[in-house]
Amino acid sequence: MKQYISVTAKFDEDGNLLPLKIHWNDGRSFEIDRVTDIRYAASLKAGGMGLRYTCRIMGVKRYLFLEDNRWFVDAKT
Amino acid sequence: MRYILHSDCNGFFASVECLHNPEIRNKPVAVCGDTDMRHGIILAKNEIAKKFNIKTGEAIWQAKEKCPELVTVKPHFDRYVRFSKEATRIYSDYSDRIEPFGIDESWIDLTGCVKSFEEAEAVAEEIRKRIKYELGITVSIGVSFNKIFAKLGSDYKKPDAVTVITDKNYKSIVWGLPVEDLLNVGRSTKKKLNSMGVFTIGELASFPYPMLKANFGKWGDMLYTFSRGLDMSPVKALGFVNLPKSIGNSTTTHRDLVNFEDAKIVMNVISDSVCRRMREQSLCAGCVTVYLRDTTLTTITRQCKIHSTHISSEILSAALKLIKNNYNFEKPLRSIGISLSDFKPDYEPEQLSILRDEKSRKRQDSLDQSVDILKKRFGSFCVRPAILLSDRKLAGFSPKEEHTVHPVGYFG
Ligand SMILES: [Mg+2]
Repeated sequence: MKQYISVTAKFDEDGNLLPLKIHWNDGRSFEIDRVTDIRYAASLKAGGMGLRYTCRIMGVKRYLFLEDNRWFVDAKT
Repeated sequence: MRYILHSDCNGFFASVECLHNPEIRNKPVAVCGDTDMRHGIILAKNEIAKKFNIKTGEAIWQAKEKCPELVTVKPHFDRYVRFSKEATRIYSDYSDRIEPFGIDESWIDLTGCVKSFEEAEAVAEEIRKRIKYELGITVSIGVSFNKIFAKLGSDYKKPDAVTVITDKNYKSIVWGLPVEDLLNVGRSTKKKLNSMGVFTIGELASFPYPMLKANFGKWGDMLYTFSRGLDMSPVKALGFVNLPKSIGNSTTTHRDLVNFEDAKIVMNVISDSVCRRMREQSLCAGCVTVYLRDTTLTTITRQCKIHSTHISSEILSAALKLIKNNYNFEKPLRSIGISLSDFKPDYEPEQLSILRDEKSRKRQDSLDQSVDILKKRFGSFCVRPAILLSDRKLAGFSPKEEHTVHPVGYFG
């Protein structure tokens, strides 16, 4: 299920945008350990399309999508 | 040899909606304008709905008769614009000559970037896969040596496919297709060709040129070059903006128009909206076209040349004259439209005429400009001609702010 979430992100000197921390709507937040890949991709599961960041969060791979200027994930229901 | 791709997003609006709504993806889906109004029509359908013979342009109730479980969804134009831009982003990785044709189709010229049809096909395959992966929708792509055959190619096999039409195989692929598959061959041209015994593109290509010319005039040249693969028109570079070919608007009214007075009210509103759009782009029009569609869904189109102008009252009176001279209201009208064309920039010097009251034209002009500014600030309803008060319901829509999808033509 597509869920928009709040994200702390950083612009570097070259203008690249990197997500640092995700904040779930229930108040919990998690550091992003590493971004391993950035590419355009569609998410058939969540139902959307955008710049897809492959993130490692507490050892687990998660996709984070940037849709124009909103972040979404495929939330497990 | 030129290498040109034509990429066409399959069931574009429906595909975008299905991507955004996973739960409807395996159902027959149609995107409809005004789902709860009586004039709601099908704008696009997905592959499953296609199997039920749902047609673009038909009424929702007709479609539901064929397929009661049809899921109808509202259009989201902001999404389509976004997906269209993203598709163009992918195309621009391969060429800077990208010419959009409507919101979901583009020609991409690979001439100079590839050296053979094999290479062109490989690029087409890559684009097809990337669109699917990056956008989550599908395209069909035609590869050929001219724009017309490339477009035929994108229609030939779909969805999610590539068709290559070369200078070697075009006769076996293209010439067996019905003439109406050719770009710009509409219903009336098809009928005329059929009555002359021409049913396939091949038959058209071998038809004697003088006879085409005699029957179709300038259009005959186009039929000749299109069918023989001789079209030389270039793919325009991205960002190259022509003067628009036409600015138009039409509306299906909430009740049928039974007489000239009704038509006059509605024409007042839509003519005002197209005139404002024209002035926004600093243009003058030299041609006015009206569309009239009656309750049996027969459409007539009439046009006339006018002295180049952007004055609302002149455009309106030309449009009303066309209606008056061409329609007797024996059958009520269901929808009505106006389109302006033959543009030139309005800052070009103009020949004044001693036969017209140029002083009053100038006043009209500045009145229009002032009203435009008012409407921009306070909305379309802030200043209105008194005639619109005679039937507030009929006049109570604001076409300029409403989204309309205009069909595009190859020559505009
Ligand atoms: Mg299409």
